[in-house]
Parts: sequence; C-alpha cells; structure tokens
Amino acid sequence: MSNNNISTGQDNDHPEQENGNSRRSFFKNLGLIGATAAAGGAAIYSGYKYEESKPGHDMVKVLTSDNRLIEVPRDQIKDVRVDHDKLQKQGREGLKGHRFVMVIDLAKCRNARKCIAACQGAHHLRPYEYHINTLVMQESENTAPYYMPKPCQHCDNPPCVAVCPVDATFKRQDGIVLIDNERCIGCRFCIAACPYSARLFHWEEPLMAESDKGKEYNIELNVPQRKGTITKCLFSSDRLREGKLPYCVSACPNGVYYFGDENQDAVTNGTTKETYRLSELLRVNAGYQLMPELGTKPRVYYLPPKNRLFEFKDDRDQAHTEQS
Amino acid sequence: MASEVNTDFLHDKKLDSIAADILRPVGITQGFIIWMGFLGVSLLACIYAYYIQFDKGLIVTGLRDYISWGMYIANFVFFVATSLVGMLISSVLGLIGFKWVKPIARIAEIIAVAFAAIAGLVIVSDMGRPERLPYVFMYGRIQSPIIWDVTVVTTYLVISALLYFLPLIPDLAISKGRIGHTPKWLQATYEILSVNWKHTPQQYKILLKAMRILLILIIPTAFAIHTVTSWLFAVTLRPGWDSTIFGPYFLTGAFVAGSAAVVIMMYFVRTNYKLDKYLTNYHFDMMGKLLVLVSIVYLYFNINEYLLPAFKMKTADAFHIHDLFVGEYAVMFWCVQLLGLIIPIILLLFKIFRKPFSILVISIVVLIAAWFKRFLIVVPTQDHPFLPRQFVPGAWMMYHPTVIETAITVGTLLLVIIIITLLVKFFPVIPIWEMAEEQTENDEKSQE
Repeated sequence: MSNNNISTGQDNDHPEQENGNSRRSFFKNLGLIGATAAAGGAAIYSGYKYEESKPGHDMVKVLTSDNRLIEVPRDQIKDVRVDHDKLQKQGREGLKGHRFVMVIDLAKCRNARKCIAACQGAHHLRPYEYHINTLVMQESENTAPYYMPKPCQHCDNPPCVAVCPVDATFKRQDGIVLIDNERCIGCRFCIAACPYSARLFHWEEPLMAESDKGKEYNIELNVPQRKGTITKCLFSSDRLREGKLPYCVSACPNGVYYFGDENQDAVTNGTTKETYRLSELLRVNAGYQLMPELGTKPRVYYLPPKNRLFEFKDDRDQAHTEQS
Repeated sequence: MASEVNTDFLHDKKLDSIAADILRPVGITQGFIIWMGFLGVSLLACIYAYYIQFDKGLIVTGLRDYISWGMYIANFVFFVATSLVGMLISSVLGLIGFKWVKPIARIAEIIAVAFAAIAGLVIVSDMGRPERLPYVFMYGRIQSPIIWDVTVVTTYLVISALLYFLPLIPDLAISKGRIGHTPKWLQATYEILSVNWKHTPQQYKILLKAMRILLILIIPTAFAIHTVTSWLFAVTLRPGWDSTIFGPYFLTGAFVAGSAAVVIMMYFVRTNYKLDKYLTNYHFDMMGKLLVLVSIVYLYFNINEYLLPAFKMKTADAFHIHDLFVGEYAVMFWCVQLLGLIIPIILLLFKIFRKPFSILVISIVVLIAAWFKRFLIVVPTQDHPFLPRQFVPGAWMMYHPTVIETAITVGTLLLVIIIITLLVKFFPVIPIWEMAEEQTENDEKSQE
C-alpha cells in the first residue's frame, strides 16, 4: 500500500506543488483579514464600553444600606444572593430588641381556615400538615364549644428545646423557637415532649421537594422542607425580618389575631391593622395561656370566647372524612 | 469472688474432661451452617425492608405525627432491658458470693453484649435522618437525655464486652491445644486472643483484680442505662410517662426480661450441646427462684404505676388508664400482666414448675410479654395528647405497625441471635477454668 502511494505521488508531483502554493497564500490573506477585523472590533468594543460607562447613560439610583443615594450603571447591578451561612447565622440569632407575642381572640374565630391556607402556602405544606390548626374545643359537657387556632406556643421554657440532642431546635433572643432542618436527625423526641402537639414530622418527601430543589435553605421559613426532619410554626420569622405581620395573622378575615412585641407592649390586629396596648388588651379581656400549669410559659395568649355573634357549627367529623 | 486463684486445677485430670465436654460443640457443624444460612437469608429480607424505609422515609411505617414513637422505640427499650441481666447475674449475685451463677455468668454476659450492641442500631432504624448520626457526637447538647443514653449505653457495652472477654482469656489458653477438630483460622484466633496467657498466679491475680473493678463499675452503669432510657419518657409532660418511679420501674422490669432470656439460652445450650452436667436442674431451679423474686418486685412497681392514677382519675390520666384497663389496649394489657407476670409468679413458686422444660416455657411467655409490655409503655400514652386530634387523615388517629416496620424489628432480633450463635459456637460457653477450679477445690476439701 505504501509503495503504491509513493509511486502516485511521484507521478503527480507538479500539480500538488501548485495546489499547496495557492492554499498557503489563501490562508495568509485570511489571517490578515482576520487580524484587521479583530483589531477593528476591539476598537469599536472599547469605544462602546467607554460610551456606556459615561455618567448619565442608563443609570439607576440606589439607596445603600447606610442611607446614601447613589447611581450605578444598570448593567452592573447584581442580585444579592443571600448566602447560606448568613441565613443560618441571622436565623439563629433572631431580631435584636424584640420579644414577639401573639394574641388570639377566640370570640372572633369562625374556623374560616384562611390562616391555615396562607401558612401552608408559605411553608410548602400539604393540606393536613399544620403549623397552625384550628381545633374545636369544649372544656366540659355543659360548656359551649368554640374554635381555637393553635400555632406553636413559642414557650419561654420550651420542653422541645430541652430534649433536642443536637441543637436543631432552639430558642432565639426574640422569643421565637425555631427548627433547623439541616441539623435535625429526626429522632422525634421533641414531638414526644411538646404538650401542645405543635410539631410535625416529614414522614415522606415534602410536598414541593421537586420544585424546591436547589433553593437556598432559609431557617426562618423552613423552606425547602426536608424529608425525615421536623417542622413547625415559626411565627413567620422571615416576614418579621421584613417588618411584616405573620402569614396567618394577615390572612385572617375575622380579626382573630393580634401580633406584636412584648417589649413595646403593643400588638397589631392582622385584619383591622389597629394597634393595641398588649397589657390593656389582656387585662380587659381576661387573656390567658394554654395549660400554664405545665410551666412552659407560652408566648401565645388567648382571649376567651365570649359574646360570639355567630352560630357554632361542629365540623370535626366532616373534616376527618374529607382529608383522609 | 475469691481474691486468689488456686492454680492446682491446671494439673488435675478433671480439667481434661471438663475442657473436652465444653469444647465439643465448638466449631463449624452442618447444623450451624444451616442455622446461620437461615438467619442470614432472613436478615437479607429485613435489610431490604430497611432499604425501602431509607429510600421512602418513615412513611412506610405506621407512625404519624401523634403516635410518632412505636415499635422501634419499644424494641429499643426491650433490648436495653434484656441486656441488663449481665449486670444482675455476674455482678450483683457473683459479688455477693453465690457459687451457682458461675456456669451461667458467661451466658448472661453474651446476652448483655448482644442486646446492648444491637440496641444502638435499633435507635438508628427509628431516625428520620440516619445519615446524620455523627451530628449526635458533633453537636451533642449535654442536657438532652438522648446524649446521656448514647454515653451510658456505649459504656455499658464496652464494660460488658470486657466482662465477657477477660474471663475468657484463660479458657482460650486452655483450649488452644484442644480444638484440633475446628478450622485453622479459629485456632489462630484462639492463639491471638489468648494474649500469651501462661496461667501464672500473678496473671490470675491481675485478672481477678480487673474483673472485680469492672464488676463494681458495671452496677452504676447498668442502673444508669435503664434509668436514662426510662427518662426518655419520664422527662416529658405526658400523662402515662410523667412519672417519678419510671427509673426503678424500668430497672426491675429489665431484670424480669433478662432472667427469662438467660433461662431460654441456658436451656438451648444445655440440650443442644449436652452440657447438663454443668447446667443442672439445680441451676434452673435457682433461676426460677430469681425470676420469681424479680417478678414480684416488678409487680409491686406495676401496682404503684397503675393503681394510683386509676384511683385519682385525673382527666388526662383517666383516658390512658381507661384505654389500658378496658379500652383499646385492654386485651394486650391484661395478657401481659397475667401471662407475663402474675401467672408466672404463682407457677414458679412451686418446685415442679422450676424444672428445665417448664421454666423454659414460662420464660418464653415472660419474654414475649416483656416485649409487649414495652409496647404498652411507649404507644398508648401518645394516643392521648393534651389537645384534641382534629382535621387530620383517619390513619393518623391509630397506630398500626406495618409489615416493613415489623420486618426491620425482626431483623434486629435476628442480629442479636446471630451474635449469640457466633459467640456460643466459636468460644466455650461455660467458663472451663472456673469449673475446673471449683471441682478441684471441692475435691481437696472432701479429701481433708
């Protein structure tokens, strides 16, 4: 085979040389054109860049964190992606100077369950997974039944925190009890310890496990929820950080919820947006706590279900069959 | 326990016959292969069940938010309970000076080691995030009873393993030249594990000293493991768990379960390996008496635990007591109390029921009842939270263990049986040197 090739090469010696020559010159020309084009392009581009960076050209006014108004080119704005460590750190520390507190007026609750829906939407929960649930309560046979919304009580002496072996659930300086789904080992000791049944466990993949994949975990929202860990009411601490009222409080159509700060002695009604003095509200309405005899010191207060202006419908059984 | 060993037994002819008796079953037999094959295949099925749980989450169990501790935790308590008997027999009875526990002591230690070793695995099977187990050591918070439990169970396991191994060393040295019928690797293992034991009086002195320290150390450790295990429940506010006598209640119950387990193992060792010369009717009789004693103490705690809340009938306690006495759990409750406690106490008071076979049957019933007793301690309490359970799926209101859950629980039991089988089959199950020493001593006494 190689022999054959050599002989053919010798036969067509001349034409090949000619071909080679023309090819070489072609590349030479092409290189020249290319270099010129690149140089020209670079010149145009740098000119464009210069034009673009001149002040007054598509600028955006931005307020910095130290309250200065500055201008930056629009194309140089980057979304600040809050990093994981920062979320964890601020989530564990809590909001300085606050002692959050909730007041629930049982006289106004008609079991609209809007609070529940808002909460479940925000925290990516199934319809039967409750951070807050409305229960039908009846103290004894001859007393009137009433609806009782029941979030986590955010106890000042939290039994759940005491038993957690890995510091996954903890008490913050602003009074909120949170759970870190990246730390939780799923032993469920806290479920056993909580007398208010406030905690739930992700027995299976959470509702939005697929769509939440890759999202930065926010300890103040418990999203993305994690299989095999605990989750519970967070007093919407992500909203509190933004200065807003919790999801459930804002969603209530009946004015059941007041939320505020014990340090300021002020609570705001989520429906009417009216602000009241906490001590006054509790004094006038004879506010109380759930099972104070257990010594848990809850941060949720209840106002008794008196003078109700609506008829009570007991829909416990219906709710069971609906969701089972 | 004597502070010195009379090494005369080493030159006594009796040693040969005792060693021959006890070492005869050691090694690999066809029966052993079939038995291990059966255990291994069954275990594989259980491991597959665990794989499903690991993959899908604890949704494959019958557990839900209200009853969130079930079979696994009951099984854990049962394992820790049963393992306590190692302390009772070799330590408490041994230190008091009861000679009859000598041939049983190693059996008790094997049970202690096997159950304590697997108890940790049982807890892992209950975890939602088993891969985060290292967090317990990385981020452990000292005020959580789980951390106390991990610490003391590990300590108990180490001390029990030492209490099994140390008195085994002279036996391994004695056995080295006498196990020609076993595979080479086992003989090599004996050579290594006997750590160049020369039977010098000095060595025996050190051994006895070490044993004595360990036998004393294990008493508070054993008390700690089961007391702390009971505190996993008693530190909560729930009616049914919120009890100040849970520590001693669990501890005494543990001795019932453990003694029954020892009797069962004694019986199988005796009949399978023809060791009735060493595990005599007298030993079964004594174990029967021990079982009666611990059962009566346990019955006393049961009366305290159930009668007082039943007398007062506080609202929350009343639901619990009602469920146990006449409600949903009544059948299980009365079976456990009658078959597992009251009837065995009555029967075992009569000598005729302390014969090996009848006490075996009684012990099997007691041990099964002991498992269900743990179930009754763990589950019904969670059935009555303070606040009503509403607007949840119907399945959340009841706890029905699933097949997968049961398979995983059976798997942990199989692991215990595998450990026991291996220890029994590869090493002398009755202390050769202690038997020989005792016989030589007796002979010398009778000659005098």
